[in-house]
Amino acid sequence: MPRLRQAYTPHPVVDQSAAHLRGYIEGNDAISGRPFMQEVLEGLTSPLEDADITGLSFERTTPRFVEPDTEEKLQRLFEENRWTDMLPIVLPTEERVAAMLKGTSHPPDKIVGRLRPTVFREAWEFDVEKVAVNAVMAGARPEYLPVILALASSGVTARSSSTTSFATIPVINGPIRNELAMNTGIGVMGPYNHANATIGRAYGLLSQNLQGGSVPNETYMGSQGNWYAYTAVIPEAEERSPWQPLHVQQGYKPTDSIANLFFGGWYTHAGYGPRATWKEKMRHALAAVEQYSPPLFVMDPIVARGFVELGFDTKEKLIAWLADNALLTAREYWDNQSIQLLRPKAVAGIEPYASRLKAAPDDVIKIYEPSEIHIVVAGGETQGAWKMISGALRGTASIDAWR
Amino acid sequence: MPQQITVHDPRGYAPKVVGKRLAPRLSALDGKTVYLVDCLFDNTDVFIEQLRQWFAEHLPAVNTRIARPEKTWSDDEKMRAAIAADGDAAILAVGL
Repeated sequence: MPRLRQAYTPHPVVDQSAAHLRGYIEGNDAISGRPFMQEVLEGLTSPLEDADITGLSFERTTPRFVEPDTEEKLQRLFEENRWTDMLPIVLPTEERVAAMLKGTSHPPDKIVGRLRPTVFREAWEFDVEKVAVNAVMAGARPEYLPVILALASSGVTARSSSTTSFATIPVINGPIRNELAMNTGIGVMGPYNHANATIGRAYGLLSQNLQGGSVPNETYMGSQGNWYAYTAVIPEAEERSPWQPLHVQQGYKPTDSIANLFFGGWYTHAGYGPRATWKEKMRHALAAVEQYSPPLFVMDPIVARGFVELGFDTKEKLIAWLADNALLTAREYWDNQSIQLLRPKAVAGIEPYASRLKAAPDDVIKIYEPSEIHIVVAGGETQGAWKMISGALRGTASIDAWR
Repeated sequence: MPQQITVHDPRGYAPKVVGKRLAPRLSALDGKTVYLVDCLFDNTDVFIEQLRQWFAEHLPAVNTRIARPEKTWSDDEKMRAAIAADGDAAILAVGL
């Protein structure tokens, strides 16, 4: 929109008083430095130019290769262009990319999908070769490529530019976990497995490069950023879980290899047990969440078996209890910043938001539907540990489709 | 001399930019109806109200009306049609 008339206030608008916002209006445009309202009024009344009437149409091409140079200078070029995560990358030479492409049966020019940093922005397109390039950069091996292609095909970016600093956490299920020797045990969420580490990193790199960037103050506005964005992949410990794996809960066959993408990473709560006071612990944890982003529970097999002993012999039973006990007063719920995004739905009569809005301020309301809460089992059984991580299920992709 | 190597460009493909002509501008705002469109993010209603008050105080001859889309982050065609039918101009508040 190069010809569109635009005027910019400073950030943020949220949580600012009316007087503060009036200051934005009476102050200067955050980009041009000229008076904000002068920009607005000129935008409405200044005569159009020829280019405004014809409109600008143009192509933007991306070359297949960058100009040849030395390894040292190319590393610097990739960093300066913000094509990396600021850690050294493996340079995507022709030979390395060709080798990576052997990890899939799909042709290099097949379109994989489209990604964008926010719903307001244009989506960029990419093919198998471009995904392979980013997989090489992350240090991934060719056999990982179907997983990386599945993540790329999901339409869910790992580089959201929300000011609230999301990350996207994939959960991997099915035989592919064992084929790639992914770690579901000790240190599953730490830097202890090549496939876990590089698949998550590849997903981040491909997201930023294939969607048109993730550059602070341009295509990335997350105020605090998110550590999960470096790399985050959770393969479920299906063989050591007393419950159905996530993809079987969803109706897939155990022999299907599936990636589920959880958009969140805002909060991480921790607990152990289940101990005698587990109900209180869970209620406190659920009441403390940023309620716009529902919880993804990651439970060590010890914890999962403990819940089975308490009568929760399916994930669904425990999820139902969690949904019944994720409670807040309506006043607290509706005071949340991000929950304001749901208010129009509530006003329009869409449930369950409409009932939550009708509640009196001190009425206690349920804040999640069972369908919004997920549990995966992972961990090395050295501790009965669980994590509750912010994560809304935003996409599901078949890994087998990209073999 | 260090060896030069060739590497792939890691970026995706940007969509073609297809130009649209801008709506005709007004020569003056007096007596005209300007819609102030709230994007429905948190606190944007407060911002839009301040914008309305600014017009009332500084340009009282301009008629302002506040409009809101049906849902957050949606292109509300009905709202656009209403603005096109009744309004002379619109200021769209986007982002937050």
